[in-house]
Amino acid sequence: MAIQRTDGRAADEGALLALRGISKSFGPVQALKQVDLEVRGGELLGLVGHNGAGKSTLMNILFGVTSPDRGDIILESQAMDERYGPALAHRLGIRCVFQELSLCPNLSAVENALIVHPSLEGTGWKRRAKSLILTRLHEIFPGHGIDVQTPVGNLPIGQRQMVEIARAFTESNNLAKVVILDEPTSSLDSSAAQQLLRFLQRTVLDGKACILITHKLTEVLNFAQRVVVMKDAGVVADVSGAGLSRERLFTLMGSVERAMVTPEASSFAGMRRVDVVGNTGGPSELRIEAGETVGLAGLAGHGQKEVLHRIYAASRSGRDKGCRVTGSAAYVSGDRQREGIFPLWSIASNITIASVRSLSRGSFINPVKEQRLAEAWREKINIRSKSVLQSILSLSGGNRQKALVARAFATDAEIILFDDPTRGVDFDTKRELYSQIDSASRSGRCFVWYTTETDELFLCDRVYVFHEGKVVDSLVRSELSEERLLQASFHEA
Amino acid sequence: MPLAIRRLVAQPSFYATAGAVLVWLVIVAHSHGVGGGAVISGALNYSVFFALVGVGQMLVMASGAGNIDLSIPANITLAAYLSSGQMQGANAGMAAGFAIGLLSGVIIGLANALLILALRIPPMVATLASGLVIESFCFAYSRVSVAKPAPLLVSFTTQRLAGIPLVVIAAIVASAAVIAVLKRSLFGRHIFACGQNMTAAWLAGVNVRRTRVFAYVACSTFAALAGILFAGFTGGPSLNMGSEFLLSSIAVVVIGGTNVAGGQASVVGTWSASIFLFLLLTMLNVFQVDPGLKNVITGALIIAVLALGKANRPQAQ
Repeated sequence: MAIQRTDGRAADEGALLALRGISKSFGPVQALKQVDLEVRGGELLGLVGHNGAGKSTLMNILFGVTSPDRGDIILESQAMDERYGPALAHRLGIRCVFQELSLCPNLSAVENALIVHPSLEGTGWKRRAKSLILTRLHEIFPGHGIDVQTPVGNLPIGQRQMVEIARAFTESNNLAKVVILDEPTSSLDSSAAQQLLRFLQRTVLDGKACILITHKLTEVLNFAQRVVVMKDAGVVADVSGAGLSRERLFTLMGSVERAMVTPEASSFAGMRRVDVVGNTGGPSELRIEAGETVGLAGLAGHGQKEVLHRIYAASRSGRDKGCRVTGSAAYVSGDRQREGIFPLWSIASNITIASVRSLSRGSFINPVKEQRLAEAWREKINIRSKSVLQSILSLSGGNRQKALVARAFATDAEIILFDDPTRGVDFDTKRELYSQIDSASRSGRCFVWYTTETDELFLCDRVYVFHEGKVVDSLVRSELSEERLLQASFHEA
Repeated sequence: MPLAIRRLVAQPSFYATAGAVLVWLVIVAHSHGVGGGAVISGALNYSVFFALVGVGQMLVMASGAGNIDLSIPANITLAAYLSSGQMQGANAGMAAGFAIGLLSGVIIGLANALLILALRIPPMVATLASGLVIESFCFAYSRVSVAKPAPLLVSFTTQRLAGIPLVVIAAIVASAAVIAVLKRSLFGRHIFACGQNMTAAWLAGVNVRRTRVFAYVACSTFAALAGILFAGFTGGPSLNMGSEFLLSSIAVVVIGGTNVAGGQASVVGTWSASIFLFLLLTMLNVFQVDPGLKNVITGALIIAVLALGKANRPQAQ
């Protein structure tokens, strides 16, 4: 495969880190084929590609989590041998922000910072570790409001992600030289994402290198100095970020930008599905009708998730007086590790768990029907695997998320609750999902959609903006604008 | 390795079964090939009680990390006393005896579930405490009543059909039903979903609470059944009859390949492990090993089986 190179610089010159001819297979699946990559100091490198293109595997190899079948890892002109692993990588200044997050949930942010900086140990470690992590948090996310003493597992996913990011940039006698960020903005709201990207831009000025893996092309186009495109387990392009256009990037990735589907006005208006009173307090109550797609906006952690949980609980028990739900609900969480995946099961069982009741006679499940359902949804949602009987863990992060979406769609629920379901999903898949939503809402399904991506709010019929647990604004699509959303999010309306 | 063998080794029950076969071969070799069948038949007749109790404990352990039932020994004893007390050594009271014994199991299971789910007491502490309470019941009951199992029950636990004890045949049928339920039924699917991730299970529409109650009730019902039968097998209940089931009920589940962290279980493995443990003791008795050394060897062999199984089993992330 010919690699398109337009930056013209010689290989290896001043490279902090280089990969040479890296190949890796998992069983029959070739995840990486002869990949070369180098990263220089002072560089913010964007790495893009579809789900399953091999980006996460490449990063795992860089950080020493996985060892390559073939090829060399070269750090500051020194080739690494088989002893290379995460501990050594960390000592040498390689840091990684994982998409699935790598913090210990039972420890606080402060304790998590200590783990990676053993030199802080001894009397007073708590003070030193606290100032280390807090300084970085303030620097990257001013006004973050995170409690650094509480177990990280109790923090909402957006805050956990911030801690994971800030920790990767903490420095003791151990410096951060190359920081790899795998979908770092996937659970951040847009203002936190902007804070992070501006920080990355600043921080590479003093000689660090950052590798930004993301599906949000705007981030790459606006901030990356160089862009590497991966496709089918290999690097297919390595181009300068300056002057790169969205269309060109799309072409390099091998996908075509299509117009966003604009949902038509619902024809089921008037059939009330969800009615939430109290708790909202603001000028409008939350109500959702059949066939409607309703967006929940606002900064992350302002009560959107709680409302989704409340609606879901009410659909199950019907005992919540302030929340009336007509029909059954299915839930898709973007926090797949904690709220979605059953790691011991196959893809098929993961898809069908929410609908096995309707596939059974008496209390016994019909295995033929079950497999057929799983197979049908694998195809519809385009999950990349040879067979639905493979373990769910054989899938890449984005494909696992697709399985969770399939799980909800395969049910006969009238209401689908989305808790940032496109976290870590590539845009082709997102588009497929959007059109699925569109056709499902035509048949009367309604969607309650919490998203951290402003673009997705424009697909909703109505958007409720949250601030400190309350609905502070309600906008129909024609009234929607980015300024209006931001204003309402900070409650300046 | 050929695929068929690799598949066999990957079975959670492989190491317990292999261990049982190996120990049996050693015993048979020692007796120059004589009495192999009798050894198996004897082992089955005794291990069946451990297997029944183990299958119940397995359901609880598969329903999620930290779930365990330590009230089993007391539960066994109480069911044995209540049923034998009802039978009074006469066949006429047998049905009522079974009913009252099983009912006590169901009630204990519900009480355990109440402590764990409604009062949110950690399972280990909750069931240990309920076990103590039940023990006092047994003590009080044993002083006021005469407990003797029905002759029909005694002969059921000792008689054989084609060399296989009747009680074993019945227990195998019950275990086959459990396998079918775990593999194919909604309850099986739900229990494994809860065992892997309770939040995800709830969000996928599983009634987590009801599933966990079922697991505890099924466990204590199996223990009660074992208690009723064991009283028949030993000729009558005694206050310490349950004590040897405390550790072994957990050991047979773990050695049998059930995931202690929840989400996966092996009925066949639990049976194999029960037989393995019994044969191990038989072997050491046959070799007339010193009692102190016997414990050391038993412990070492259990560790060996667990270590082999862990090393060769694919682990979830």
